[in-house]
Amino acid sequence: MNTTVRDRWTAVRSHPTTSMLVVLLGILLCFSLLSPEAFPTPGNARSILSDAAILLVVAIGATYVIITAGIDLSVGSVLVFSSVVGAQTMERLGTGPVAIGLGLLVSVLAGAAWGALNGILVAKAQVPAFVVTLGTLGAAYGAALILTDGVDVRAVPPALVEFGSGRVLGIPTLVLTAAAVAIVAGLALSATVFGRHTYAIGANPESARRAGINVERHLIAVYAVAGLLAGLAGFMSLARYGTTTIAGQATVNLQAITAVVIGGTSLFGGSGWVLGTAIGVFIPIVLRNGFIVQGVAPYWQYIAVGSVLILAVYVDQRRRSRRLG
Amino acid sequence: MTSHTPPVLEARGIVKRFGHVEALRGADFTVGQGEVVALMGDNGAGKSTLVKALSGVLQPDGGTILIQGEEVHFHNPVEAREHGVETVYQDLALADTLNPTANLFLGRELRRKGVLGRLGVLDNRAMRTKAAEVFATLNVTVRADHGAVGNLSGGQRQGVAVSRAVTWAHRVLFLDEPTAALGVQQTRNVLDMVRKVRDRGVSVVIISHSVPEVLEVADRIEVFRLGRRVAVLQAATTSALDVVAAITGAGDTTPEGADL
Repeated sequence: MNTTVRDRWTAVRSHPTTSMLVVLLGILLCFSLLSPEAFPTPGNARSILSDAAILLVVAIGATYVIITAGIDLSVGSVLVFSSVVGAQTMERLGTGPVAIGLGLLVSVLAGAAWGALNGILVAKAQVPAFVVTLGTLGAAYGAALILTDGVDVRAVPPALVEFGSGRVLGIPTLVLTAAAVAIVAGLALSATVFGRHTYAIGANPESARRAGINVERHLIAVYAVAGLLAGLAGFMSLARYGTTTIAGQATVNLQAITAVVIGGTSLFGGSGWVLGTAIGVFIPIVLRNGFIVQGVAPYWQYIAVGSVLILAVYVDQRRRSRRLG
Repeated sequence: MTSHTPPVLEARGIVKRFGHVEALRGADFTVGQGEVVALMGDNGAGKSTLVKALSGVLQPDGGTILIQGEEVHFHNPVEAREHGVETVYQDLALADTLNPTANLFLGRELRRKGVLGRLGVLDNRAMRTKAAEVFATLNVTVRADHGAVGNLSGGQRQGVAVSRAVTWAHRVLFLDEPTAALGVQQTRNVLDMVRKVRDRGVSVVIISHSVPEVLEVADRIEVFRLGRRVAVLQAATTSALDVVAAITGAGDTTPEGADL
């Protein structure tokens, strides 16, 4: 039993996510010491958490996809498309709870449909995921523009916006939503057959196939989940901003992938963690927030995040070559 | 193998073509209950193709496969496994980032009881216990809760792959060159494992190029040349030279397939 505990500790210490958690805590500590009045306050914490919530939901889907050794570049466009069809549904149906519920359903299903399309093209047509999702990145964005003529839909029910800016026990509702998604997705990944097969496909699709796993069906499901979460994130952005944000999501895909990779999920597939992705989402957001609080130009954030990203992949490659060599 | 019980696995006249190349030209093959059969032959003799045909990876263009006298058609490896036929491929087919237990149960994960199980929640404890048991029985020096199998040595990885196949094989276990990449001690371990599997009543088919190894572990040797079985030798009464002669065709003074 003692050895098991020590092994677990060694595994935790050498886990790539652990080093990023240390980095995040270090950043939080630095900014807290530099501006003790403005940075470590409940208000600022809420602001950081709210900024992170929507990206976290998207990045969780990206975690699943990247664990299968895939990639999804389309999530930002899918988010926009889903928020557009959700908003237009509510625009037609009114402002009551039924309209909001149907709007949510339409957004989520639209996202899942784009995701399933990605999955079918990747798994059945065997087109590389990079190419497929680059294609649907353009297509979903174009479809959103056609539906709106490029003009944002602003008729979002007030009750939804109220929910989006509301708090429960002092915690913003959107943050609670994202946290709930993260917990469910994290448990599904680590403790269920679905999660186990996701890892197995990323590690070695051929051995997964020989083990009797329906690899094609599973990949379609994973991409559909990523799309569904992008759809949910689109609806959350309606609740937060009270409007669609057609032009504002161009880099969501790259932000999500950055967060996933910083969080210790390997681009080579087969390993990764939802908790790591959460840390990876927070590092850029905390940096930007801290720079703003400090009065430093927030643009430094991009340089800092870029460096952390490259470092994370470098460490992952080193780890892998040591394992295989 | 007694004459009145049908062999556990029998192939008759298997044909497999790849374009113009005929890899198997009416190949016969027999595995008796609880037997260790060595499948030998030069490169290109059709050994691997035969194993793939008998384990559902390839579909033969002709011939019949019988399991305990009943004709079967394997459209994929899963169907072969449902008949208790397991294969350890040369590449081992492990998921390198998963631990030994996860690999052992890949595609056949145990679930918790009740509602959680229906939601797909894994019963990791039960799987770990069972895996530890299997590794102990087969003398595989791997701990069930060890990290990713990608970090294990070649012998340990082999051990995990064989343990997995043994866990699920209840009729026939195919081992495709299991010792090709191993050192002396690890080869010993694999041969010991083969005997242990046989002692559990599971027949073993081992593909190998090593004549001493085969003579040590096998009951019978079936020799292939150019896509056909050309000799069946009883290991106990066969010398290394006889085996080599059968493989190369140098001893073709005996009529081909005389004792079939």
